[in-house]
Amino acid sequence: MALGQRIRLDIIACDGRGVCAELLPERIELDDWGYPIIDQTPMRGLVLEHARRAVAACPVLALRLEAAT
Amino acid sequence: MSVHERAPIAQTTGPVLPRLLTAIGTKYANQAMPLETHRLTYPQPIMPRRHPIESSIKAIEDSGLRGRGGAGFPTGRKLRTVSSGHTRPVVIVNGSEGEPASRKDALLMTRAPHLVLDGALHAAAAIGAREVVVCIERTKRDAISAIELAIHERVQAREAMVPVVVVDLPPKYVAGEETALVHRVNGGDAKPTLTPPRPYEKGVGGRPTLIDNVETLCHVAQIMTWGPSWFRRQGIDDEPGTVLLTLSGAVARQGVCEMPIGMSMNEVLFAAGPTNGVSAVLLGGYYGTWVSGPDTRWVTLDNKCLRQVGSAMGCGAIVVLPTAACGLRETARILTWLAGETAGQCGPCVHGLAAIAEGMTDLSLGRATVETVASLERWGNQVERRGACSFPDGAVRLMRSAMKVFADDVRHHLIHGPCGATRFAPVMNIPTHRELAWR
Repeated sequence: MALGQRIRLDIIACDGRGVCAELLPERIELDDWGYPIIDQTPMRGLVLEHARRAVAACPVLALRLEAAT
Repeated sequence: MSVHERAPIAQTTGPVLPRLLTAIGTKYANQAMPLETHRLTYPQPIMPRRHPIESSIKAIEDSGLRGRGGAGFPTGRKLRTVSSGHTRPVVIVNGSEGEPASRKDALLMTRAPHLVLDGALHAAAAIGAREVVVCIERTKRDAISAIELAIHERVQAREAMVPVVVVDLPPKYVAGEETALVHRVNGGDAKPTLTPPRPYEKGVGGRPTLIDNVETLCHVAQIMTWGPSWFRRQGIDDEPGTVLLTLSGAVARQGVCEMPIGMSMNEVLFAAGPTNGVSAVLLGGYYGTWVSGPDTRWVTLDNKCLRQVGSAMGCGAIVVLPTAACGLRETARILTWLAGETAGQCGPCVHGLAAIAEGMTDLSLGRATVETVASLERWGNQVERRGACSFPDGAVRLMRSAMKVFADDVRHHLIHGPCGATRFAPVMNIPTHRELAWR
């Protein structure tokens, strides 16, 4: 927990709706085709709160939070 | 130095060259070698009596053998990892050769199927596996029947062995990717899956799975027969042994040959006899990289040297591009084919490879601008390492090496439009059949 959390993406499940980039611009940007490029810097505090919301909002459940190592 | 030291007995045992291709060029040049002849040509590998598992793995580790499928991972380390799992492992022989420029694995399976089985069965014994699966594209009927016949011969001869089964694959490039193989053997589509877990941790039936290329396993068989120090007598220190090359393109002598690793590319090309000069060489096949004409004169065929020019041995396929051909046009054709070989699962691969192929096609037809060149670079960065498997990375690598090796041609096409090479037939053979089924 000390290191914080980061996002793991299931790129096979992802179909590029782009909701995550709207909710978590601190860590996620979109490529030319609308698929998320994720910054793996560990998150804590307020950013982590936003990350949780982004994970929950993914319509195809392609995002997960995991402990940063 | 005494006479005895100059000629130690050990130096005189074991084949010198060729090693794997001993069968080829005999009367078995056009058919599979039967078991009896096989035993005389390739002596049976020996399983160490004491600590069989530990000593076999140690022998492969000491040999320094690296996988010959393309990635070049140390085989000994793979054996050790798989054997250290909690459950009994499984062995998959990767006989898929989706690479259009390579035919070495098909050659080994059709001519020397017992050598492939020797390797697979000894790898299985070395890790305590009791199940071997041989995966081959269903279009390679000769290879499938040769392997099946070889299994039958062994059963008839009452050889002690673990069950070996053949699983056919759809003829698709990514079907040979290791997670795709596992998924297929487990009853699914031959498409890559998300990692982790990797097959060495959780593969066939959830068990640790050793996946080795056909040529790699043939080397394993010979190391078990002649020992690791025999194996190291050819090749270089970091990459010992011999390697099979598949030569094609503008050369007089096409086909598969066996060379010690570290041989000069110039020598190999000279032996193959370029018919119309060498403007560049595609090394590692359609999933490989370009080596420029001037570089082909000094590089040696080992990854240590090739790294300096941003290339690698890959699967050992070599396609020679003649002076009159256009490297950009050839690359565009390959990239278009690769884009169509995507499993269609990951967005960056589906859209990125199509965009890259289109950009390269525009460039080769003289329709591109400097923005196209910038886009190709950006797309390369956006696609790299973004797929579930490394298939898209190979396409990006090929595109980048073309932009570097054919930098002068890029400039020429941007300023003057298409080059004169469009008058000639292209060099690269692109498979025309596109398989739709995934099982």
